Amino acid sequence: MQDNLTTFPRRLLQHGKERPHKPAFREKDLGIWQTWDWQQVNAEVRALACGLAAIGFQRGMNLAIIGDNRPRLYWSMLAAQCLGGVPVPMYQDAPAADMSFVLENAEIAYAIVEDQEQVDKLLDLCDQCPNIKHIAYEDERGMRNYTHQQLMSYARLQELGREYDKAHPGFYEASIAEGKESDNAIILYTSGTTGKPKGVCQTHKALLSAAVGGIGFDKLTDEENVLSYLPMAWVGDCLFSFAQALTAGFTVNCPESSDTVTTDLREIGPSYYFAPPRIFENMLTQVMIRMEDAGTIKRKMFHHFMDVARRVGSDILDGKQVPLGDRISYAIGNALVYGPLRNVLGMSRIRVAYTAGAAIGPDLFRFYRSIGVNLKQFYGSTETCAYICLQPDGEIKFDSVGKPAPGVEVKLAQNGEVLVKSPTLMHCYYKRPDATAEAIDGEGYFHTGDAGIFDNDGHLRIIDRAADVGKMNNGAIFAPNYIENKLKFFPFIKEAVAFGHERDKVTAFINIDMEAVGNWAERRGIAYSGYTDLAAHEQTYALVKECVEKVNADLAQEALMADTQVHRFLVLHKELDPDDDELTRTRKVRRKFIAEKYAVLIEALYGGKASQYIETQVKFEDGRTGMVAADLRIMDLKAA
Amino acid sequence: MQMNEPEAITAGRKIGDVILDLRNISLSFGGVKALTNISFDVREHEIRAIIGPNGAGKSSMLNVINGVYRPQQGEIIYRGQHRKNMDCYAAAKSGIARTFQNIALFKGMTVLDNIMTGRNLKMKSNFLLQALYWGPARREEIEHRRKCEEVIDFLEIQHIRKTPVGRLPYGLQKRVELGRALAAEPQILLLDEPMAGMNVEEKQDMCRFILDVNEQFGTTIVLIEHDMGVVMDISDRVVVLDYGKKIGDGTPDEVRTNQDVIDAYLGVAH
Repeated sequence: MQDNLTTFPRRLLQHGKERPHKPAFREKDLGIWQTWDWQQVNAEVRALACGLAAIGFQRGMNLAIIGDNRPRLYWSMLAAQCLGGVPVPMYQDAPAADMSFVLENAEIAYAIVEDQEQVDKLLDLCDQCPNIKHIAYEDERGMRNYTHQQLMSYARLQELGREYDKAHPGFYEASIAEGKESDNAIILYTSGTTGKPKGVCQTHKALLSAAVGGIGFDKLTDEENVLSYLPMAWVGDCLFSFAQALTAGFTVNCPESSDTVTTDLREIGPSYYFAPPRIFENMLTQVMIRMEDAGTIKRKMFHHFMDVARRVGSDILDGKQVPLGDRISYAIGNALVYGPLRNVLGMSRIRVAYTAGAAIGPDLFRFYRSIGVNLKQFYGSTETCAYICLQPDGEIKFDSVGKPAPGVEVKLAQNGEVLVKSPTLMHCYYKRPDATAEAIDGEGYFHTGDAGIFDNDGHLRIIDRAADVGKMNNGAIFAPNYIENKLKFFPFIKEAVAFGHERDKVTAFINIDMEAVGNWAERRGIAYSGYTDLAAHEQTYALVKECVEKVNADLAQEALMADTQVHRFLVLHKELDPDDDELTRTRKVRRKFIAEKYAVLIEALYGGKASQYIETQVKFEDGRTGMVAADLRIMDLKAA
Repeated sequence: MQMNEPEAITAGRKIGDVILDLRNISLSFGGVKALTNISFDVREHEIRAIIGPNGAGKSSMLNVINGVYRPQQGEIIYRGQHRKNMDCYAAAKSGIARTFQNIALFKGMTVLDNIMTGRNLKMKSNFLLQALYWGPARREEIEHRRKCEEVIDFLEIQHIRKTPVGRLPYGLQKRVELGRALAAEPQILLLDEPMAGMNVEEKQDMCRFILDVNEQFGTTIVLIEHDMGVVMDISDRVVVLDYGKKIGDGTPDEVRTNQDVIDAYLGVAH
């Protein structure tokens, strides 16, 4: 790699010279998209970096960054790197208590945050984490009465920076020149499916090689547009909205607020898009709900052409042979249904879309590809800068995550665990040599913790978390995720947790999707007072039963999975929630925790009881707690 | 955001002099006496609540203040000017904006357009120029749109900017109505039961917005509200009406312990 491209700050300088007037960042403010070109971004970062230096931020320090996706927060990441510091983006929706661990672990003294909400959280934690000395906030709304000496507005910090820059000419350039590619570029805390979060340290070199690899793989240019709306603390956003944007020089668009993402998506029409399966799932649910409410003709037309798309859409996208008649049908469908649908979803201009983070239901995946969205899967983790395997264009399979990414070596351990060696591998967990040694073995292979198999074409198939894959009493493999994903494809089912390890039969907890089932209930005139009430309703049970039966029929078709059909299930009285520690912040099920918390229910499922009473404590968003109690019915099913 | 932000207020708000003084107001419709000899005043930057049982004359009082009703007796002194009664247009022009008990928005229009109507009195260019969207009219429109966007940002309703108001849930419609009133950059904001029919969360949001408006822009607020918890929490002074008569006036604490008020609310043995 050229010497002037080995760190992110150097890349930034380079873009300022090469494409000074190309848009780098956009943000919607007061209803209008504001644009900053690379030259302006350079000036902004420079002022900010010098401002940080003026208040004492030094090489080797960590800078906490908390807030929704905002250009100024991305610039803060760059500013920290310019000074040889390390940005630590944190989950903006985490309650104060959850933040304290990261703040302490990373010895945070400086923080740049979005707004009053985050400032309040940090001020609350000041007693616990006396290290926090400086907090800069971007949005000044509601901040006029704050007199805490730690606080300073982002604008003021930049003002200080401009003065500092004048007084110390050459400081900024020298500071960037001092940066090395082996320096830490970022610390990303993993959401922690198990135990406390761990800080994954990625160097400039690792992050850049992941970015360069991905850009080459999909032939991305500086013309791309991405919408950055996923938490900044997540490796996916770090790679797509930061590392790749700074590598290729394309445009990062920040939505107005988290509620307006759908509208903003339509306005921007990104060409390169990344979302976890849950977002694709939500979008599909929305479409399905709206189609249910549409007129008869529209509904018939939609279903007719969706059948056509299901049959031939994917093949056409992959450039395979398709009979002329089907091509004509598809073209008509494209004009009447798929095109408008892509437009509504904000996907008209997408060249490449990716999903990762959790397994995606094959039917869900097929839906997007069939309407002409080039949706692909990749597989990876925070520790590997997101990429391990990618699906190449034209080689899309619904059940695989593709081939190893350029430069990545993948092998399988005895127990099926996926092991990885790659230049994009993290160099350590922050201050956790024990955990690092556990994750990376003597030969330099990283243990992903996922169980997988290679198919005949060299594509990797992930079955489940290695730790979650169990055995049933009769020896059959039990892959809970596999079953849950099948269940979750139904718009009515939001979350599912399957049990079966060392048991004779498989059982499951179900969470209904409030919006979808609520809408369904409304149309049938079913009265209900809230989630708990609706979940316990007889007709809801009948609805869920139908879904589970379909999944069972599906599982019966697969030789390996036929024994893992769901025999009994119950619909939970409350939604699984990250605030109650039942899900991670990225909304993955915390299996062990749930098994312990709801042990009574599992016992009832296997004990043959027809119902079980349970009381559960719930935490509200403002930190208060309450109780939810219900008598849960358990339903039996026959195996298909 | 730089709406009519008074410079005097830096840390918190400071309650100023009497801005609106109502003296001996009596209003009757034929033989029905809606208001009888009521006097009270409103000070600048304060939150003034009017409470009372149903039919006490609260809404009539607001209607007198912004000139919808003309009282038969009494005097209104607004910013030192003595008047027999207010005139709707003059009231709006001189900085009095309001919301209504039963939402009075244009249901088929978007949130943005509804809020834009709040700027009506501030628009100077003539109909023809506006229709052509030309020259000064265009500049003016852009400026007004910016103000409306500030209101939208303030009330956190960006996600429904282009949604027709009729499709919104009740709580949000109330918020839009507040937005329209705010767009007029009022000095006095009259709120007629801003929290009626809302759930707890929506009420909390609305309280926060009312307090924010009062604190950030220094807007004087006169509100009618049934939820006693809310009234006692956010208002500086409370006036209590019953059967068109004033039976109490003072700080929330004073009103709470006033025997007449207790009797009016709980009933009294005769």
